[in-house]
Amino acid sequence: MNNTMFAVAATAVAIAVLAFAHALGVDYFYFAGYTILQFIVLSTAWNILGGYCGYVNFGTAAFFAMGAYSSVFIHKLYPLPIPFLIVIGAIVSGIVGFGMGYLTLRLRGAFFSIATLAMAVVLQTLVVNWDYVGGSRGAYVIHPENLEFGALSVHYIEYLFVLMLALAVLALVTARTIERSQLGYGFATIRDDELAAESCGVPTLRLKLIATTLSGAFMGMAGAPFPYYIGYLQPQSAFALDYAVNSIAMPMIGGTTSWVGPLVGTIVLGSAQQYATVTISSAVNLLIVGLMLVGFVIIAPNGLIGLVQKRFRRQP
Amino acid sequence: MDFDFNLLIDAIVAGLLLGGFYAAVTAGISIAFGMLDIVNIAHPAFVILGSYIAYFFSVSFGIDPIVVSIIALPAFYALGWMIYQIYYLSFERRGQEALRGLAFFFGLLFVTEVTLILTFGVDYRYVEAAYIGPSLHLGSIELPYRLLVPCLVALALFTAIQMFVTRTFIGRAIMAVSQDQLALQLMAADPIRIKRIAFAISIATASVAGALLIVIQPVEPSVGRDYIGRVFAICVLGGLGSMPGTLIAALLLGVVESLTSTFYGPSWSPAVAFGFLLLTLAFRPAGLMGR
Repeated sequence: MNNTMFAVAATAVAIAVLAFAHALGVDYFYFAGYTILQFIVLSTAWNILGGYCGYVNFGTAAFFAMGAYSSVFIHKLYPLPIPFLIVIGAIVSGIVGFGMGYLTLRLRGAFFSIATLAMAVVLQTLVVNWDYVGGSRGAYVIHPENLEFGALSVHYIEYLFVLMLALAVLALVTARTIERSQLGYGFATIRDDELAAESCGVPTLRLKLIATTLSGAFMGMAGAPFPYYIGYLQPQSAFALDYAVNSIAMPMIGGTTSWVGPLVGTIVLGSAQQYATVTISSAVNLLIVGLMLVGFVIIAPNGLIGLVQKRFRRQP
Repeated sequence: MDFDFNLLIDAIVAGLLLGGFYAAVTAGISIAFGMLDIVNIAHPAFVILGSYIAYFFSVSFGIDPIVVSIIALPAFYALGWMIYQIYYLSFERRGQEALRGLAFFFGLLFVTEVTLILTFGVDYRYVEAAYIGPSLHLGSIELPYRLLVPCLVALALFTAIQMFVTRTFIGRAIMAVSQDQLALQLMAADPIRIKRIAFAISIATASVAGALLIVIQPVEPSVGRDYIGRVFAICVLGGLGSMPGTLIAALLLGVVESLTSTFYGPSWSPAVAFGFLLLTLAFRPAGLMGR
């Protein structure tokens, strides 16, 4: 299937999901679905750098929160429609990703990972000390109940759901396109043997910077509508470690080498979490995510996709 | 701005004492990351585990927290031994430590933190001991025992590790494994066994560091995250694998953080470590005393 075909197919699936949600007409479905879609974007974004290049980013929460807080900032300055905020969030997070990458990616991979982890703590410090965006108290973002598009009146949560659905399609199409392009092969050479790639003339630093910027930008996009979704944004909720652990666990559980992995991982883990949060408690649900992450990296290094592939190869 | 000289002296002294404690927290990372090349980002979580063990036994049985941590050393050693065994079999042997090994430690960090939250809740916990509260007065300088005792214990721990790696056979073998693993194999020593011992020691230091932490400040499960940036900043700034470099870097960071929190407010101090880390990586990745 070529890229255009895939984009059309993905859009068709998205429209089908939307039609189903609309027919169902339950608000909770939009709320839960939004979270899962948001994690599809985040885990796909993480996978562009982590799965394709082999560089671990622990700072998903930081990039996500940067998107969310640029929205809060703009909202206070001059409220723009959310699609513009998504673009702004992408630019801000992309620039930060580029900067982080430029400073640390020339060194060994571990330094980049450590720096991203530390960055989350520092950005949180900045936001806590910045009163304009609410500081440690948090910020309220009030949105209308319904949106009017001419004669069409849309429930606000449905509008957010559609935006996130579009972002998820965009992220998946981008990831798949990268995978099958020269860029993707370049990324794979970095993952498999960076030294050999460098000596064969692969511009590794430039490729890594492209990956970090793209990955950061998508995380920022996922964060931009978040203040409108949650209504009241606090530093603790924007910088929660859950984002980092989930966006690593989901691709790891699904499989990191292709775009299918993060998608499968997110749907499995995301739905399980929605279920566990409602039925048990949110702390226990995080423990399950952590244990599954540890378990999967030890037992199934290539995730669910790897398990399925292994099964089919053994029975020709 | 009128400049208060005493405030400056107090801030520097407090920073040095704090820096000594940071050295104890970083000692484990310095061994694991600096010498063995194992990026154990879960180390601060084990430090917090040490804090809670010290808290539990000192509150339930009235034992001094630092004594508890020394009694708990073998348990932490065994924990480290087990973790390295899993890490080696699942990642290092397959050459997958870069991506999956890191994710593994991140998972451990998370599981430890959430388990502590589920067991003890998210309230701040603290311990009682005779040396928490009073201060030693040297002229106009005030040395709170709450900081002085942990600093001295930390320095003792640090000296012990330094003596161990430079004077004993196993210690020298650890240094050797950090330089050239293949050469060690050619000398008929088992590098994996040496690394297992070294990693176990690195986790054991978390027990003592944890007890010192809860003496210095009240602890809740997520406090460990603030230390991730700090310990790696210190480790990188000091030069990977250099124990004297680590000590100097820890004292330096302690003083700069203390000055920052005295003159700009304590909410800014986490940013200092990150600034150090980025500047070091950008200008001198080998660190102060790096090879």
